[in-house]
Amino acid sequence: MAEIVKESLTDREYKYGFETQIETEFFPKGLSEDIVNLIADKRNDPPFVREFRIKAYRHWLTLKEPTWADVSYAPVDFQEIRYYSAPKSKKGGEGPKSLDEIDPELLETFNKLGIPLSEQKRLTGVAIDAVFDSVSVGTTHQEELAAAGVIFCSLTEAIQNHPEIVEKYLGSVVPYKDNYYAALNSAVFTDGSFVFIPKGVRCPLDLSTYFRINARETGQFERTLIVAEEGSYVSYLEGCTAPMRDENQLHAAVVELVALEKAEIKYSTVQNWYAGDKEGKGGIYNFVTKRGICQGAHSKISWTQVETGSAITWKYPSVILKGDHSAGEFYSVALTNNKMQADTGTKMIHIGKNTSSRIISKGISCDDSRNTYRGQVKIFPSAENARNFSQCDSMLVGDRCTANTHPYLEVKNDSAIVEHEATTSKISADQIFYMKSRGIDEEGAVSLLLHGFCKDVFKTLPLEFSVEAVKLLEMKLEGSVG
Amino acid sequence: MTMLEIKNLHATVDGKEILKGLSLKVNEGEVHAIMGPNGSGKSTLSKVLAGHPDYEVTSGEVNFEVNLRMRNVLDMSPEDRARNGIFLAYQYPVEIPGVPNSVFLRAAFNAVCKYQGAKEVSEEAFAPVLKEKCKLLGMDEKFIDREVNVAFSGGEKKRNEILQMAIIQPRLAFLDETDSGLDVDSLRIVSDGVNKLRRKDNAVVLVTHYQRILNYIVPDFVHVLYQGKIIKSGGKELALEIEEKGYDWILKDLAH
Repeated sequence: MAEIVKESLTDREYKYGFETQIETEFFPKGLSEDIVNLIADKRNDPPFVREFRIKAYRHWLTLKEPTWADVSYAPVDFQEIRYYSAPKSKKGGEGPKSLDEIDPELLETFNKLGIPLSEQKRLTGVAIDAVFDSVSVGTTHQEELAAAGVIFCSLTEAIQNHPEIVEKYLGSVVPYKDNYYAALNSAVFTDGSFVFIPKGVRCPLDLSTYFRINARETGQFERTLIVAEEGSYVSYLEGCTAPMRDENQLHAAVVELVALEKAEIKYSTVQNWYAGDKEGKGGIYNFVTKRGICQGAHSKISWTQVETGSAITWKYPSVILKGDHSAGEFYSVALTNNKMQADTGTKMIHIGKNTSSRIISKGISCDDSRNTYRGQVKIFPSAENARNFSQCDSMLVGDRCTANTHPYLEVKNDSAIVEHEATTSKISADQIFYMKSRGIDEEGAVSLLLHGFCKDVFKTLPLEFSVEAVKLLEMKLEGSVG
Repeated sequence: MTMLEIKNLHATVDGKEILKGLSLKVNEGEVHAIMGPNGSGKSTLSKVLAGHPDYEVTSGEVNFEVNLRMRNVLDMSPEDRARNGIFLAYQYPVEIPGVPNSVFLRAAFNAVCKYQGAKEVSEEAFAPVLKEKCKLLGMDEKFIDREVNVAFSGGEKKRNEILQMAIIQPRLAFLDETDSGLDVDSLRIVSDGVNKLRRKDNAVVLVTHYQRILNYIVPDFVHVLYQGKIIKSGGKELALEIEEKGYDWILKDLAH
């Protein structure tokens, strides 16, 4: 039967596509050792950070852009990108000291994005760090967190105020030599969030960073570092948007998580970068390295991601299961429509004894998009009694999209039990009609199908995020299902 | 009182005319059976009535009584037809992976509630209703938690259609070959279910190949559909005659 694929709604409905008119300070285009030094100067980096940057930059020069992912795009011209862009502070060189000093234009921008930062309107139960282009413009609830001993601030502040912690962990999970984009990020990273949860503390609030790209021709290279000490717990959320532009913009981030003994980190992402128009023009290149290490015994790291945006996504949030009895989880929903391309998945590296990992990946492909799951489960000889369960499901909407699953298993210990399940299904016009003939409208029908397909992932999202994420997916899917 | 009136209906699928001037009138409280050889247009009629987008109505009228007024069904979206009380029990019910029956049924029930300005029901309030309907239809409560039609046997799928009918309580139930593929026990369960849902103010149209189901759900009228038109109508004895002699004699009668 004929699939009726309506004109996609994405172009009209990317409600975050506006641009903020604000006086901006930025570096000239291009990348060189001078630019790297200039970034270090601008940020007043201590020597260990500057050295890290220079080493990374020199290493990056020796690398080639990776081509193994199932995505195709015109090569990125790294000399056409600006590596620093920041809203100009009203009080001269210094950044805003407190939230009251933030430019009202910026507050308004975040209000429009549904992220109120001001004292009266801020969300309850969630502390937010707002990153605008290359810099953090403000972090809420800092006093409340400080009372619990939690440090939540921009990485810039952390480097200035807690250099000993940053020096200990920066690059410890994702070394600058890790890969092409990680090396690039290590050289030019500007800001990002820093979280430190001391021993035995259960973080009283959900922590959240909201990333906004605004300036033209600028790349965003943020770096996030989360350290959870023994027996601590934190739930961290991340959201992202960017204006609609015809040219592509690069976002190459690095996220490092460290969980010590019996610590738990729950990291959730709703990624909604601008994905380009329906002809595939414009959109963000999202080339991200995210990795956590379960350093101590009985620690746990859980990644949940809802990927709905970006022209190209290249992203594999991973867990190194070093501590005995440690656990890693990866829950993902990746939706692609129009001409989006996503190559995403995870790596679970089992080193410690009795380590376990769980992978639930749901890919939804619509229109002419390409959606690939790529995952690796690696069981080291030392990993006695390791367990892994992987479930990778693909849902196709229409008949022009593609979905691929590439699970790689490497088992070097006979006591391991590794399970992999995969399914492919199709949303058909028949299903939609069947539901309509029971009185359920198209919106409701799509929502039911979506919930049915993704429920194992949705239930892992923090409540305040899941409602938003589900709405986002429904809106994107609706235009593609007939 | 007239509930459904189809006048001189012509419909095509993929450019081919299947219904060629079909007329039918159904009153409240009546049971009609539509019989006919393969390819006569029985399934097309049910799809057209439900508003399937692959079927194009080229001429004719379909009117349905809503709040004492005859309304043009062809102008309504498929969901509005359902909300106004037209129900199609599918010959081939569709599988909906990941969606539990309970969730689906509540969504359907609430869609009707919302349309009619009634309050939507909560999960807690709905659960006992579901249980009661299962009991009424002699169905296992396990039906409720299973994904809609996924890994259901042919008989279970048909029973699930009747469960939906019991929840939605349509005014006009159009059963498209609900009896085909059913063993004797399933046929009895499904028929009992339909009979229990009959009221003075609703109506049932059965599309079938076989007289068998009409032993359980006794029709007031039997119609013969042939080449897209109803060529003969009669009482329940007409079905017995067809069972015995086939359709040829009707065609011969017509030729005279």
